[in-house]
Amino acid sequence: MAFKKLINNKLLSLFSVLMLSGSMVMAADATSPAAATGAENAPSVWTGVSYYVLLFLVVCFIVGIIGKILQVYDLTLKLQRKKGIKWNNVMGTLMLAFLVIGMVGVYWSFSVQGSMILPEAASLHGKTIDSMFWTTFGITVIVFISTQILLFTFAFIYRGSDKRKAYYLPHDNTIEKIWTIAPAIVLTVLVIFGFFTWRSITNTVDAKGEPASINIDITGHQFAWEIRYPGRDGKLGMKNYKLVSGTNKVGVDFKDRNSLDDLAADTIVLPVNKSIRLNIIAQDVIHSVYMPNFRLQMNAVPGLPTFFKFTPTITTAEMRNRLDKSDFEYHLYCNKICGGSHYNMWRIVRVVTEAEYQDWLSHQKPYLSDQLKQELKMVDANAPQQDGVKNRLALNN
Amino acid sequence: MSTLAVHDHHDGVEHHDHDHGHHHKETFISKYIFSMDHKMIAKQFLITGIIMAVIAMILSILFRIQLAYPDKAFPFLETILGRFAPGGRLDANFYLSLVTIHGTIMVFFVLTAGLSGTFSNLLIPFQLGARDMASPFMNMLSYWMFFTASVIMLASFFVQKGPAGGGWTIYPPLSALPKAMPGSAEGMTLWLISMVLFVASQLMGGINYVSTVLNMRTKGMDLWKMPLTIWAFFLTAILGILAFPVLVAGVVLLVFDRSFGTSFYLSEIVVQGQVMNYEGGSPILFQHLFWFLGHPEVYIVIMPAMGIASEVMSVNSRKPIFGYHAMVYSLIGITVLSFIVWGHHMFVTGMNPFLGGVFMITTLIIAVPSAVKTFNWLATLWRGNIRFTPGMLFAIGLVSFFISGGITGIFLGNAALDINLHDTYFVVAHFHLVMGSAAIFGMLAGVYHWFPKMFGRMMDEKLGYLHFWLTFIGAYLVFFPMHFMGLDGVPRRYYAFTEIESLKQWLSVNTFITWAAIMSALAQVAFLFNFFYSIFFGKKATQNPWNSTTLEWTTPVERIHGNWPGEIPTVYRWPYDYSKPGAEEDFIPQTTPYSQTMTSNLPHDFEDNPTGLTQYNEWLKTQKVQEEVK
Repeated sequence: MAFKKLINNKLLSLFSVLMLSGSMVMAADATSPAAATGAENAPSVWTGVSYYVLLFLVVCFIVGIIGKILQVYDLTLKLQRKKGIKWNNVMGTLMLAFLVIGMVGVYWSFSVQGSMILPEAASLHGKTIDSMFWTTFGITVIVFISTQILLFTFAFIYRGSDKRKAYYLPHDNTIEKIWTIAPAIVLTVLVIFGFFTWRSITNTVDAKGEPASINIDITGHQFAWEIRYPGRDGKLGMKNYKLVSGTNKVGVDFKDRNSLDDLAADTIVLPVNKSIRLNIIAQDVIHSVYMPNFRLQMNAVPGLPTFFKFTPTITTAEMRNRLDKSDFEYHLYCNKICGGSHYNMWRIVRVVTEAEYQDWLSHQKPYLSDQLKQELKMVDANAPQQDGVKNRLALNN
Repeated sequence: MSTLAVHDHHDGVEHHDHDHGHHHKETFISKYIFSMDHKMIAKQFLITGIIMAVIAMILSILFRIQLAYPDKAFPFLETILGRFAPGGRLDANFYLSLVTIHGTIMVFFVLTAGLSGTFSNLLIPFQLGARDMASPFMNMLSYWMFFTASVIMLASFFVQKGPAGGGWTIYPPLSALPKAMPGSAEGMTLWLISMVLFVASQLMGGINYVSTVLNMRTKGMDLWKMPLTIWAFFLTAILGILAFPVLVAGVVLLVFDRSFGTSFYLSEIVVQGQVMNYEGGSPILFQHLFWFLGHPEVYIVIMPAMGIASEVMSVNSRKPIFGYHAMVYSLIGITVLSFIVWGHHMFVTGMNPFLGGVFMITTLIIAVPSAVKTFNWLATLWRGNIRFTPGMLFAIGLVSFFISGGITGIFLGNAALDINLHDTYFVVAHFHLVMGSAAIFGMLAGVYHWFPKMFGRMMDEKLGYLHFWLTFIGAYLVFFPMHFMGLDGVPRRYYAFTEIESLKQWLSVNTFITWAAIMSALAQVAFLFNFFYSIFFGKKATQNPWNSTTLEWTTPVERIHGNWPGEIPTVYRWPYDYSKPGAEEDFIPQTTPYSQTMTSNLPHDFEDNPTGLTQYNEWLKTQKVQEEVK
């Protein structure tokens, strides 16, 4: 009786799955000519899809059949007055199998995909971040592997059976104290190292006697980065967002004399082993300056200028040699969702020797382009005026 | 005080029951739609949650297809999505909308409302011995607010410019400037309205949960006799009540910025060459407000799952949960600490770096209670007699995910490491394992375990096994490789990885992940079929199918209004007396007094009950005398 009912139920279930999915396919077929704009395209739109739907139905069917076979097998066992399939054993064994296969998979992943990660750090602080990373990795990977092994082997060893009874163990204060204090100590160590690493990277006032960092302005807007270098005076001129226009893209205020010799660039070129200070700003929405090779990231926030100070240590040419890739480039890209073309907002970063850097710098166009000069007639008018001011100041001295 | 309240309510309900028989007839509408019965509301939350989960899952498959085949056109996409997929290729803005709505639905509508809403409503009255929630009407209102919020959220697919697209964190100025992207136009307005309703729903639910737990426990059910599920729901509700209003504050200010020209979050903005008049605001302010909710939110998501896993693992290991007190204290620790760690989402936003250092310390401290919970789960399995029901499998899966995903939190919580990992796929892998997969596994464990209580029928075990293994393996295949992508600097929320040279090497991995995701998604068909089929045609359940000790299994299978036909049972012991030595069976229900289980009592059982202890000692003496006589 029960046997018959089970089979009926199962068949019914399989049948209804087929019916449901079948009607779905039909519905799709019915709507496609109406929905598609080009009527002649309509059939081809759904051929691929219906192929996969059919494939899925076949899989469902096979699963149903396997389910049926298992059920029949289980029932024959019971008819022979044996116990049915011991699902606890099956699941326990699968747990163990998952552990073994999973660990092999983890090993494969670490060795194959793991070799693709963390491109060599090309900045001073990047090295400290990497050593922090590998310390943390070393500790956590031990915890990861040992706890997963415990979890799945316990599941296997203590799989249920009618013969055993579980061990009544509501608590054990000693061991609980141990595994509260042990992670606390490990985490304290990580916190202390992490805290000092973080402070050393971010707490970056130029030390006394140290030559000042090279200031570079980088401004994000949808969907590009504008780059501005200081001119010979080494100082960037002031900006005012109200002055932004088609030609004055970042809104440089030319009333500030420092701005007159500023340079516009379309690639970030950095001298190797020199301290660089990126001044980061956004015009419209939040962007993020992300340069993974230098382990550098800082958000660009409208109305809140941020900066990141770092020292590149490997030139692009040297990196090309090391990687044996002649077309290798460092990249800077946006890493904070900023709109439709977020995925395509990047600049090339090139690290060069000091001599190459000076040479490159001398070839850059001034930010104050001729067009801009024309547009801001007041600049021409202002320039002599400002000279006048300077003269007067000089006289006063 | 609390016993008094229980008493009053108890009388009241009895009167109600009395009336009930005479002249209150339930209509279809009052029974299935505007129901005030906690069991029905739980089912409403569950089924709405499942539907939302399926929708959000389909959205994720759509954008996974884009990531796997960025250069291919799929004509059927145009047929389905129309202008959002011109020429069979997803529009870049619509891609971001998909990501946004996937995240929003999964975090809020599935793992907050679907999880807490279902199991808090179902189990708080059941496991505490109450006839219903403190305010059944407010409970009903909570569901319908949630339902309205869901409808509005989905309706945003039908506005001209598409749904909100600024990511589920909707950082202004992107979300505040309709010009900045199509997803910040009407779609964002609907998102904000939906979230305000959602928060209102959560507050009504939360207040109800807390007041029910505090006031309506049955006789003998003191706080330390509550199952861990109830502790988890209780603390989750407190978290929600304290954290959600802050989101509303943030959202209302954003509405002001969007619609009334204020500058709370906006300053010095030039959109597409046009200088705007906003001055003096701070985009960082929104991030503070958002994450003040947002971080507790991830614990709102995971704590109920933890509670469910603790309960399911104890029942099916036939063993008391190891370190019950430590489990409760670690939940309390997580609750408190979760309010002071929000800054770890903002290490590289330009927040003062010193503040970042402080948030890093608090963040890594929160790993300690999490570790304690994991070890206690492992100890619960140790020397158990594990019965692999589908619920148990999912609970074990939760522990595995929680370990894998939790460990990467130690990297991300470290401000120095976060510089390189922030907003990369490493983050995506981390939170999808630790709060996505782990929480959804907790929810599924709960569904399989309490299905008989909800529908009076059993789900099919074999299909449950199939569902578990495909989902478990699939989730690891999807999220494990993402760690490596993130470590190579692959950013999240990218429409395609074809534009930047160094990201191209991950294209094949992306294709692999997509196929793994499709496999896991199809595995859910096994669950959906099993769930809906079993509601109507499943095997009839017995009253206590899992041989469990807790109160919900003392109610009749028929699920009557008021839960217990007669008096509410009294509770005498903690909920985890499994396999107690000396007991006849391997479980002793909470309703069994110690006087009936003399052979299995332990001195420990009478810690706060001196009279019980003297009686126990006297009984021991008589036993000894008897033995000597023999």
